[in-house]
Amino acid sequence: MRTVTITPDFTSWRDHARQLLAQAVPPEEILWTDDAHGSLFSTPDAPAPAPGGPAPRVPTAFLDLARTAAAHTAPLRWAVLYRLLWRLTRGGQPHLLSLPTDRDVRLVHDWCRAISRDIHKMHAFVRFRLMGTDEATGREQFAAWFEPEHRILPLAAPFFEKRFAGMDWSILTPHQCAHWDGHTLHFTPGVPRSAAPDGDALDDLWRTYYRSIFNPARLKVKAMQSEMPKKYWKNLPEAPLISELIAGSGQRVRTMLDTAPTPVRPAPKNAYLDSLRRLGDTPPTAPGETPEAAS
Amino acid sequence: MELTRKLQILADAAKYDASCASSGAARKNSAGSTGVGSTGGAGICHSYAPDGRCISLLKVLLTNACLYDCHYCINRRSSNVQRARFTPDEVVSLTLDFYKRNYIEGLFLSSGIIQSADHTMELVISVARKLREDFHFRGYIHLKTIPEASPALIELAGRFADRISINIELPSQESLDTLAPEKNLTRTQAAMGHIREKIDERRAEKPKPGAPKPPPFATGQSTQMLVGADASTDATILHRADHLYTGFHLRRVYYSGFSPIPDPSKLLPLKPPPLVREHRLYQADWLLRFYDFKVGELTTGAEPNLDLDLDPKLAWALRNRATFPADVNKVPRETLLRVPGLGVRNVDRILSARRHTRLRLADLVLLRLPMKKVMPFIIAADHSPARLGLDSDSLRSRFLPPPRQLELDFGPPASTPGDLLSVRSGEL
Repeated sequence: MRTVTITPDFTSWRDHARQLLAQAVPPEEILWTDDAHGSLFSTPDAPAPAPGGPAPRVPTAFLDLARTAAAHTAPLRWAVLYRLLWRLTRGGQPHLLSLPTDRDVRLVHDWCRAISRDIHKMHAFVRFRLMGTDEATGREQFAAWFEPEHRILPLAAPFFEKRFAGMDWSILTPHQCAHWDGHTLHFTPGVPRSAAPDGDALDDLWRTYYRSIFNPARLKVKAMQSEMPKKYWKNLPEAPLISELIAGSGQRVRTMLDTAPTPVRPAPKNAYLDSLRRLGDTPPTAPGETPEAAS
Repeated sequence: MELTRKLQILADAAKYDASCASSGAARKNSAGSTGVGSTGGAGICHSYAPDGRCISLLKVLLTNACLYDCHYCINRRSSNVQRARFTPDEVVSLTLDFYKRNYIEGLFLSSGIIQSADHTMELVISVARKLREDFHFRGYIHLKTIPEASPALIELAGRFADRISINIELPSQESLDTLAPEKNLTRTQAAMGHIREKIDERRAEKPKPGAPKPPPFATGQSTQMLVGADASTDATILHRADHLYTGFHLRRVYYSGFSPIPDPSKLLPLKPPPLVREHRLYQADWLLRFYDFKVGELTTGAEPNLDLDLDPKLAWALRNRATFPADVNKVPRETLLRVPGLGVRNVDRILSARRHTRLRLADLVLLRLPMKKVMPFIIAADHSPARLGLDSDSLRSRFLPPPRQLELDFGPPASTPGDLLSVRSGEL
């Protein structure tokens, strides 16, 4: 049995896995551990092992899966990924990935699903706060705090780079931070919550919108929570409104149902409405035929 | 009027439109520009309201003043609702400010009809034009268009928008005549046909070397139908939807269960339909688009409405028991798609797995199929449903929801009237 320590990221695992595979070390002889203090920014104690011999050929689908699953926090991920790699190459099961009923495949797929969801939710729930304007460049500068479940920032950040190219921004998380200045995306170590801004002047207007777009006659709290779980609420400026909106909805619906209906009134005299009546089933086909008000 | 108050009124006025999609736009982003924005791929829901609906776009009306008198609508001219009007610049800065804070994917702009269709369209278009041309905004824009607007203006709207839509509102002209006297089904469908042509034109253009690129146009159109405000059956609604999908290639038909509004009209039913009806229509719509079902299979002459207690695929399977059981190791894809409880993704997993292995129940459990629902309808390597199962009259009752299905854990008052319960029901 040998112990292999991963820094923990995909490249570190891949370098080790390549060498172990070249040496034909079977999965059951390896104990994989995460370097507890490791991060993208620490140098591993041991130099990265040199790849031995030609890299084994694996389906590109496996590389995609492994790269994604590596961001998961499950301690078993390195072992399961190596076992899959072994079975795909030396185990004589090259078709393994098309077997969704295999337990290892299923597990890795589940991890990847969790990562995709985490990334998707990060894209959705990051809230930028305006910090100021850079005097030299005139660019607005924003910062956001987010707590992803997994180590997804490097996977999630390119989306923000493409979307918010025209502004400077930083996304701060406990593990890592990402920064964009209009030219490069770079990463720095994680920071505590206290380093991040708390609110934004626009939050009140956003809460006004949130309150107004809610329809009290369609209360579906479970549906909301399955898509926006409570763990995200603490960093969402609109979340403090949720309980009051739910509590008030019953009364609002009763008031609507109790309101006496407004009687139908005859149509007012209006040239445009008259022109609509004349149109009947004939659609306007050219600008000249468009009904126009006389007013 | 201050901006906060306008936003209250004009978001409240827009919330009855169910559409919130921000997916399916052409791929574009702000890389290398001074603006912000990106689209393409799956849309993002940036928040959820306690009504379970996704908040993806800043969904507002430019004004809720309206010449029309659609009786289901809070903004109809005979409603006593307070009126407000944004200036185009106010909508532009709200959109950009919200977008930069990552609250939203973009803008969904609609408007009450003021003066004329063309005048209203011009105002709506001016907002989109400013966003795109003055601020290089590359985020999602959905514009509501008016069928009576001139084709040139609809084309202009399509040039700035990722999606345009016209609400059909009700499935028949008779219903429109009663509830929305200014609206006309034929004119609406003619405008949809025109939009379809534009979308097709843009898609068909192959960039010939040297040829100028065709002007951009929205990549899709959608519509909304109101459910429960008139007497239309689900069969009528689904036939209309099917016609819109096949005739005009709509991306989506949204079904919006008519919801109580402040200041209701006398012409409206007193009670809104149960929310579950809308849900069943969405399920049926899905079966039409992705499972190759026909409207005539989902509703019947004797039962023109969908079963509220059972999902429409299960209801169909129970009416067509002779089709089952289906052997998951043998039957073709189209048959697997008809098995209750089997979705497209799991059908594809089954097809992939069975090339290498004979599927047993344990494999299906690993795929997390809803086994209780699936088992009576399938054969697996180690499972054959009891004949009694499929033939038995009790099969339907096995799938009925338990008698108490309401979720009332958020504490409505004990004196809740019965009609309120039905408003709140349907949480699935």
